[in-house]
Amino acid sequence: MIDIRIQPQRFDSGKELVPLMEMEGGAVASFTGIARKDGDVAAIELEHYPAMTEASLRALAQEAARRWGLLGCIVIHRVGRIEVGEEIVLVGTAAAHRAEAFDACQFLIDRLKTDVPFWKKEIFGDGSSAWVEAKASDDAKADSWS
Amino acid sequence: MQFLYFASVREAMGRDGEELQPPEHVTTIADAANWLAGQSEAHAAALENHGKLRFALDHVMTNKDASIANACELAIFPPVTGG
Repeated sequence: MIDIRIQPQRFDSGKELVPLMEMEGGAVASFTGIARKDGDVAAIELEHYPAMTEASLRALAQEAARRWGLLGCIVIHRVGRIEVGEEIVLVGTAAAHRAEAFDACQFLIDRLKTDVPFWKKEIFGDGSSAWVEAKASDDAKADSWS
Repeated sequence: MQFLYFASVREAMGRDGEELQPPEHVTTIADAANWLAGQSEAHAAALENHGKLRFALDHVMTNKDASIANACELAIFPPVTGG
């Protein structure tokens, strides 16, 4: 089972992980990314490249499923305006054992950050805004999986 | 050929895309970026330092040496920041 969703709506990570917990494996790992409280940032605005986003997430999920023998995985990524404190992304993986579930989950979020066409803009309390710059440390983490 | 622009590149261009036919001597993504930069002041500003930008040819991220022959869509954008 590979479930990929790109949506503006909020989601509940706990509920979304239930199908992975019902796959009869011994482990479910997950990562939920939250819009961080950071100075005067009030919200973030997420842009993406619709024709490419879902296909590139699906390709990453298929690679993870093959490499770690996953029973299933889910990736939900929100787009549009996201208030500070709200969830941005969920990655969940189900596997027979914890090592595979942990590694696949980390692989998916690390590679998502460098390979999938999403862009974040920070919206400040006074209404001004600034694009978030990519971090070299994210490139290094993503490269460590190749 | 369809050119698409995202995030800071889209804002600097003042548009999210356009249909343009590059001349025959434009054979790679790097050539296309250089040619595109000559189209207007906004194009030049958007593509300044295009060494730092990323490119996707027909929905696949590709390096700048790749040939654009037979491609339908070239997307130009800054490094991605999702997650």
